[in-house]
Amino acid sequence: MSQAHRFPPGLDGAQRRSEQKETRLTTIRKEAELQLASREISNLSLPVASGEQGYYCLPFLKEPTWTWEVPLYFFVGGVAGTAGVISAIARFTGGPDELIEEASRLAMLGAVLSPPLLISDLGRPARFLAMLRVFKPQSPMSVGVWALLGFSGATFVANSGRWIRMHHRCRGLGRFLENIGHIASLAFGPVFASYTGVLIGATVVPAWNRNISLLPAHFAASGLGATVGILELRGQSQQGLQLLGIGAALTETAVGARVELRHDQATAPLRNGSSGLIIRIGGALSGPIPLALRLASLFVRPKPALRLRRYAAISAVVGSAITRAAWVHAGHISAKNSRPE
Amino acid sequence: MKTSAFLTDSTLCIGCKACEVACKEWNEVPPDAGGWSGLSYDNTLALGARTWRHVKFIEGMPESGVGGNAPESSSWNFSSDVCKHCENAGCLEACPTGAMVRTEFGSVFLQPDICNGCGYCVVTCPFGVVDKDPEDGRAFKCTFCYDRQKADLLPACAKVCPTESIQFGELDDLRQRAQDRITELHDRGMNDAAIYDPTESNVGGTHAMFIVRGDARSYNLPPHPVAPTAYLRQGWISSAFTSGVMLAGTLLAFMITRERRA
Repeated sequence: MSQAHRFPPGLDGAQRRSEQKETRLTTIRKEAELQLASREISNLSLPVASGEQGYYCLPFLKEPTWTWEVPLYFFVGGVAGTAGVISAIARFTGGPDELIEEASRLAMLGAVLSPPLLISDLGRPARFLAMLRVFKPQSPMSVGVWALLGFSGATFVANSGRWIRMHHRCRGLGRFLENIGHIASLAFGPVFASYTGVLIGATVVPAWNRNISLLPAHFAASGLGATVGILELRGQSQQGLQLLGIGAALTETAVGARVELRHDQATAPLRNGSSGLIIRIGGALSGPIPLALRLASLFVRPKPALRLRRYAAISAVVGSAITRAAWVHAGHISAKNSRPE
Repeated sequence: MKTSAFLTDSTLCIGCKACEVACKEWNEVPPDAGGWSGLSYDNTLALGARTWRHVKFIEGMPESGVGGNAPESSSWNFSSDVCKHCENAGCLEACPTGAMVRTEFGSVFLQPDICNGCGYCVVTCPFGVVDKDPEDGRAFKCTFCYDRQKADLLPACAKVCPTESIQFGELDDLRQRAQDRITELHDRGMNDAAIYDPTESNVGGTHAMFIVRGDARSYNLPPHPVAPTAYLRQGWISSAFTSGVMLAGTLLAFMITRERRA
């Protein structure tokens, strides 16, 4: 424009200049009309209070207030619960001793790590015992806290029984405690591994509650895949674990397909944007990738087979952790985009 | 024992925010973060841990003759929002500590001396009312002025409302009053006035009704609120089924492979 101002004077120049300015006005009008049209069809217009946009496009639900400890706890709890199941069933089916030991230690480690994670997420950590004032079956969090408590007790009894059996003369007592602990693990473990799915599913967050039936199975399978992976990385290579790994990866693949094949707006954060991307990465690492690796390992010689299983194990563990974080992230997006309905 | 309720009439509200101020003063609620939203004259935007009464400013197209508006200026609807104190309250059911209780007045009260700030009520409130105060750590919401009701006083917001847009009384009385008011408004030609009282939804009715104009959603009031207890059955069925499959599957996996080894 500054160039145009220095246009040579004279009638011709002035006329040409006027014409140019007139053309420019037409262009501006066209641009404005285009903007107007795009405003009308897109949601990018100035927020108003309306039926479609709600109150000035503001979310009508609150975002979850949970901190990073919670998705990590979902992961740790899922591993612990399924490790408890594996150790108990290995014990009762006469499985190898080192597998029972590794699995029950893993279960106890998870049970020990879980409370600090949960407590540090609380707004008032000093009041964590308030959770134990009541048992409310209608509150998945209350059920979960008691399942955690029961499971911790079970793994503690199982592990102490084992220790007594190995290091003490009262082997009978040790064996008895071990069996009691393992039976209790069978009761509490599956609940502990799957309740987190109910916990986030039974909320007002659309992306979560639309998947209420899927989530408990998803989280339990994710936990199982991770536990099998950790045990394999600790050197366990039983065929039973391989089968469980295949089962978990198969379930995770089915869950991924289920999420992908939906088309409703409420679950869009599971497929679109940053949360959709993370869900997909977590899903691929927990489902199809370990599944393919494990199946491939069935058809090669033992040594490369073991390597393939290790890759599958790493993939499943990482995928399981990412999956929990991804679902929580998707919940945030879902709540942020919520409109009254 | 009585069942008390609020009836908030947006056709009477003048947007003075006295209810917000009164609520904060009586309950000693700390100030909000502040800042300019750019969305009408509303800088608080929503109910939250530090906002237990919130006046919504719904700006509309110019509409002559309604509410004393000049024909050329935009029409206004104001509505003072508050915790709905649901009959089937998501927050109350979800609270794992029992900090949330049902009072003798029918309202939902959050006992601040028990709440440990787990945040589960935040994601189980179908109206997005409860929130965790990041500084305090606990969740907060409208108390329905439980202390004042105990002393036979009006809730602070209802007491200060200069136009009686906020009415407080017996639930059934207020339902009748709301009906009468709607009839009156319709007679006057304000045909889009309607009662917001979701008795048919699974929250089973609330202790806070509203008279709104037009689409309730423009007030961020959901036409079909769902208390998430509705999902519990499906969730636990899935959890039980998963548990069964996991136990059986693990057993099977180890049995099959043991036979091979033997």
